[in-house]
Amino acid sequence: MTEITADTATATEQLKGRSLFEVGERTRKRHASERRFRLMGLAAVVFSILALAGLMTSILSNGLSSFHQTFITLDVNLDAAKLDKNGNRDPEDVAKITTFTLQPLIKAAMQTKMTENGIAVEGVNANAAFELISKEAPGELRRFILANPDQIGKTVSFDLLAGGRIDGYYKGRVTMASAELDSNVTPGQLVLADKLKQAGILEQRFNWGFFTAPDASDTRPEAAGLGVAILGSAYMMLIVLVLALPIGVAASIYLEEFAPQNRWTDLIEVNIANLAAVPSIVFGILGLAIFINFVGLPQSAPVVGGLVLTLMTLPTIIIATRAALKAVPPSINDAALGIGASKMQAIFHHILPLAAPGILTGTIIGLAQALGETAPLLLIGMVAFVREYPGAPPEGFFDPASALPVQVYNWTQRGDPAFVERASGAIIVLLIFLVIMNAIAILLRRRFERRW
Amino acid sequence: MTPSVIVLIVLGLAAVGYFLGRQRALKTSERDGVKLHSLPVYYGQSVALFAAVPALLLLGAWLFLQPVLLENNITGKIPDSAIPDGGARNLVMVDVRRIAEGLNQLIAQGDVSENGLVDMQADVTDVRARLAEVGVALGSDVSPVVFQAAKEYRSIGLTASFFRNIAVLAVSFGFAFWAWARIQPQLRARNISETFVTALLMGSSLVAILTTVGIVGSLLFESVSFFKMYPAADFFLSTTWNPQFRGGSDLGFLPLLWGTLYVSVVALALAVPLGLMIAIYLAEYAGSTLRSFAKPAIEVLAGIPTIVYGLFALITVGPFLRDWIAQPLGLGSSSSSVMTAGLVMGIMLIPFISSLSDDIINAVPQALRDGSYGLGATKSETIKQVILPAALPGIVGAFLLAASRAIGETMIVVMGAGAAARLDLNPFEAMTTITVKIVSQLTGDTEFASPETLVAFALGLTLFVFTLCLNILALYVVRKYREQYE
Repeated sequence: MTEITADTATATEQLKGRSLFEVGERTRKRHASERRFRLMGLAAVVFSILALAGLMTSILSNGLSSFHQTFITLDVNLDAAKLDKNGNRDPEDVAKITTFTLQPLIKAAMQTKMTENGIAVEGVNANAAFELISKEAPGELRRFILANPDQIGKTVSFDLLAGGRIDGYYKGRVTMASAELDSNVTPGQLVLADKLKQAGILEQRFNWGFFTAPDASDTRPEAAGLGVAILGSAYMMLIVLVLALPIGVAASIYLEEFAPQNRWTDLIEVNIANLAAVPSIVFGILGLAIFINFVGLPQSAPVVGGLVLTLMTLPTIIIATRAALKAVPPSINDAALGIGASKMQAIFHHILPLAAPGILTGTIIGLAQALGETAPLLLIGMVAFVREYPGAPPEGFFDPASALPVQVYNWTQRGDPAFVERASGAIIVLLIFLVIMNAIAILLRRRFERRW
Repeated sequence: MTPSVIVLIVLGLAAVGYFLGRQRALKTSERDGVKLHSLPVYYGQSVALFAAVPALLLLGAWLFLQPVLLENNITGKIPDSAIPDGGARNLVMVDVRRIAEGLNQLIAQGDVSENGLVDMQADVTDVRARLAEVGVALGSDVSPVVFQAAKEYRSIGLTASFFRNIAVLAVSFGFAFWAWARIQPQLRARNISETFVTALLMGSSLVAILTTVGIVGSLLFESVSFFKMYPAADFFLSTTWNPQFRGGSDLGFLPLLWGTLYVSVVALALAVPLGLMIAIYLAEYAGSTLRSFAKPAIEVLAGIPTIVYGLFALITVGPFLRDWIAQPLGLGSSSSSVMTAGLVMGIMLIPFISSLSDDIINAVPQALRDGSYGLGATKSETIKQVILPAALPGIVGAFLLAASRAIGETMIVVMGAGAAARLDLNPFEAMTTITVKIVSQLTGDTEFASPETLVAFALGLTLFVFTLCLNILALYVVRKYREQYE
């Protein structure tokens, strides 16, 4: 106590005989520390915004190129003598056509195109020129023939995918120098590609296949698409919506309006609060142990993913719904009860409709979280390589499928650098979905939220 | 009839019941000249509820239990001699299930008739080739015992499904008829249907408890079978993690715990000061223009899925740290490292800390600030010496929640931290965490009898206990704090 008095005494001594407007040494120090503190705060804000900008730039600069793709336009002669020896277009015979028989046709078409346009590069023979085209091309051709057997014998114009390295050359991933060292592409092939581009045979176009095509194997990054993943994610979101919304709303109504104040209710409340904070991977373990091992649901199926994500989304929906129910003023409830409505009628006819916008906003935000969730889906086998589209619901819920975020993870585990581009592109698609969902939630809130 | 068809039929019965119930109520009241106790819809509603709910509950329970009971029944019938050396009983069961499914497909395609199936013997017909035709590929030839078990599995399954359909439809129809038959004007239909709905609402709130029971139950059950195979002392105290798929693995938990804690510490060391400073700046200093721009931008960081952060760590932060810091300083040459995962996770946690602290700082009463200003303190002095001490319990709560999230985070560490289990101090080395190992032990083809797979459940249990303790502690601290001002 004496110390402080002494301290104050010296301070008063110093100030004596000086103008109040004159800034002393101690005040200057304090002001400097104030400025430093303020600057630190600003720096923290700027850092986090820069981090957001860096994240977005990294994803966009890596991923935007996946939305366009290099195609080579060729007129392929679907030689009847080779494809259908009996000449009767019997579907069974046509089904026996292999990609192996189609390769020479594409090779010949490439040669014709090159001679027509007078393109030739030293050291690039017919086989090397054929390698410019994706390994996926014969398969694409086969699917076309199976769908249109009547086209056999005619010359049809196809836009075939160019190989991953050729595509990478126009996206800056492959250069002449790197081609020297690469066993999959030679500088001569790149020169040929440039010439084809000048002749208008090779060109870059918007890549619809990225949104519709299924995944492709390690060696064909150019053909890999998000079709199965988008469908799988959509199925799971449907299951989450159908299960989590009614259960969540029912649970919230019970806890908010009916539950008596006792230990049992406390237990439920603590449970919900804790479930909201359980690591997502634990839900994956739950799905694996209960839904797959115990109940025997199939692996990689959207139904299991949907159930796991439902359990994860429930706390979010319950918390949002309870807040929305609480926000409805008690006078509404009192008025309904006053004119003879039962408690149930007051809730379902008056409170619930008024709380609906808040409930929907919470549900959409919960769905957006579920859409981006990856870890639990890895454990229930959604990482499997799936090329077949799942069937129509409800049977399709049990077919193997992938999911958007899992597809991203899957692609990052592959060797070819072209898959990094695909993964970033898939992230952009995922983020676009999330932005749309959040925008709807914000719009709903702006449009319908009532302040009482 | 598949379960989905049954569900549709039950829903159809409920809809029909609704109209019939409503009609009966109106008719009886008209005939007897008595006023109805409730609105006509409630009579319909009570019939519909009785038609749908018990039947659907029965169907759900049956679908859940049938595979389990069936499996137990068939497993008991396979003699030990039929199990190949080194194989496990549940692997044989996998074959049984697949053969049964293949047989179903054979019959669906019309290749074999029901009677033909009875004559089919594993040692006479080439079952493997026939099943391959319908797309069921088997690793080896089918032994007669397994084939017999598969046939039995299939036939019991078919019978059970038949009885299930009968039972569900009978329950639905029976309850609907009973509810319909008892309708008379004096029946308190509204009370009945409201009691029913209350029970449904209460049932829904039990899902949360069931989920917790499911999590704890499955983790405990599998962990116990892990500790039967692998000594607990070795798991918790050994410092080597080296799983071998031929057996004889070292499954020490300590390197994983070290990696987890190291990554979390790096992340929190970045996120806590930054998040706190952001909250302070936005609450106390920033003008409305900056706030209206910066606050949503930081909230966007919270809405980004973790897989995006994982990709950011993998393709940008990792290579950057390796090329500009680790390699020039000679600290390592790996792009996945504790630093990579920690920094990216720190960025992910910033909005978490800042939004929680923001609420807490705003909850500090204005009178405390005014008092401090009145004594001549500057803003920063007020913040450091008055607001932060007053908000400290809440900030500690936010810190604990962030720590629990850091420990349980999966995708960032899977893609950023690496897979090598190591006890090392160098933050530029790749290390691994509990969550990474759960993912790597449980993805791909797993055999559920080996300790290498089951260890994931023990890891999951420790992770669950860790995060649960942190969450409860945080909840306790925050609640305690709240009481001070209310």
